[in-house]
Amino acid sequence: MSARYKIGRQTAEIKDVYIASSAAIVGEKEGEGPLADSFDIVLPDNEWNEKTWEKTESKMQREASRLAVTKANMRLEDIDRIFSGDLLNQCISAGFGLRELGIPFFGIYGACSTMIEGISLASLLLGGGFAERAVAVTSSHFCTAERQYRNPLEYGGQRTPSAQWTVTGSGAAVLQRGACDSGIGVTHITTGKIVDMGIKDANNMGGAMAPAAYDTIKTHFTETAIQPSDYDLIVTGDLGTIGAEILVELLEQDGIDISKNYKDCGCMIYDIERQDVHAGGSGCGCIGAVLCGHLMKELESGNIKSLLAVGTGALLSPTSSLQGESVPGIAHAVAIRRV
Amino acid sequence: MNYTKKEYQEYLNQKSRSSTLLKDVLWAFFVGGIICVIGQAFFDIYTKGFSLQEEDARTAVSITMIFLGALLTGLDIYGKIAKRAGGGTLVPITGFANAIVSPAMEFKKEGLVLGLAAKMFTIAGPVLVYGITASALVGVVYYIMSFFGGGGI
Repeated sequence: MSARYKIGRQTAEIKDVYIASSAAIVGEKEGEGPLADSFDIVLPDNEWNEKTWEKTESKMQREASRLAVTKANMRLEDIDRIFSGDLLNQCISAGFGLRELGIPFFGIYGACSTMIEGISLASLLLGGGFAERAVAVTSSHFCTAERQYRNPLEYGGQRTPSAQWTVTGSGAAVLQRGACDSGIGVTHITTGKIVDMGIKDANNMGGAMAPAAYDTIKTHFTETAIQPSDYDLIVTGDLGTIGAEILVELLEQDGIDISKNYKDCGCMIYDIERQDVHAGGSGCGCIGAVLCGHLMKELESGNIKSLLAVGTGALLSPTSSLQGESVPGIAHAVAIRRV
Repeated sequence: MNYTKKEYQEYLNQKSRSSTLLKDVLWAFFVGGIICVIGQAFFDIYTKGFSLQEEDARTAVSITMIFLGALLTGLDIYGKIAKRAGGGTLVPITGFANAIVSPAMEFKKEGLVLGLAAKMFTIAGPVLVYGITASALVGVVYYIMSFFGGGGI
């Protein structure tokens, strides 16, 4: 029996699935960046009245989800499924953040690509007729990520030039089956394969993830026969300055030109010159907040009519790095259009 | 992609900006030097001002510098200096204080026993283990060689 919506091995066509609303909450540093006005809430500090940063990050997911659902004129009881994950061990920001919401929960992990993985899974579920409304949410927090992956905040260490700054941010998107006021639909999803080119430097994640982004983007264009220029904008999650440059070159070598309509969310959320973030932003909240804030607003206003959003993730852990392992990358793509 | 793993790694190396070596070295030199000058100043104060014996003064200087390192860490100042100074703040004893105080502060949220106390040595642990072990080994070598060299070492 053939799979009706299967286009090639990695891509699925999505019909009748729309993004009803979205919400983005970010921290102070992001609130001082170029996209400051596009976020729903900018936190006054790292704590947001919570005792630990982990609790803060949980609160961000919970409030972003609530806000997105409210903006869609829905209630929490209307949402059939919620997909979430984050960078912390056992995805506690998701689990503890969403436990009060009472929505059937799928915990997922795609590292910094989690937002797009969530939207992909929600789209598949809704497109296949298994549910009517779903939320995809994710978060990251600079302090919780540093504690887990790197060093205590007060420690006097230096960051390398290729290092990226974990975004304190949460993005939530409400998807529904059937047309809605926003007029913004999901048209395709392309699921990435894990790509590992043997990069061992955990401080150069952009460079480690670029091959995965290249693989997924190339596959998307090949399987759908869509041209890069058919999208007003193509974004990656957090390749940073170095990874973004590499991605353009890798695709160019295969005759795919994205140089004119491509940006990286890690380079959009901060002012690279002014804000001392080295190679740019990273974290689940990077594409989470940029997509659910700025990019959704661009789509809603019609400034852009079509978007290929490619979340990029580095599937390492502190343990794997210490054991001398390289950094495997993953990239998921979701095609969104005004219909 | 036209690259093998090895080729991609070389390609990435080329693309990645290296640290600005000269600037980093100069910053480390000057800040590290200033910290040592401060240490020396305390030494002079303790020997001349407080008339401590040299041995005692050295200990007093270590205590003072560790205190200052810990204080500046607690005030969230040490990390800001270290961002520029790199090795200059890492190498002196103040860096050691910072390496112990920063995880102690950070992990207090997980409790005083299993958080603060257990995690306090995550960064400085290797310094203690290998530093003390090395000194013990040197002591053994010294002892053995003293039978041959006649104490001239």
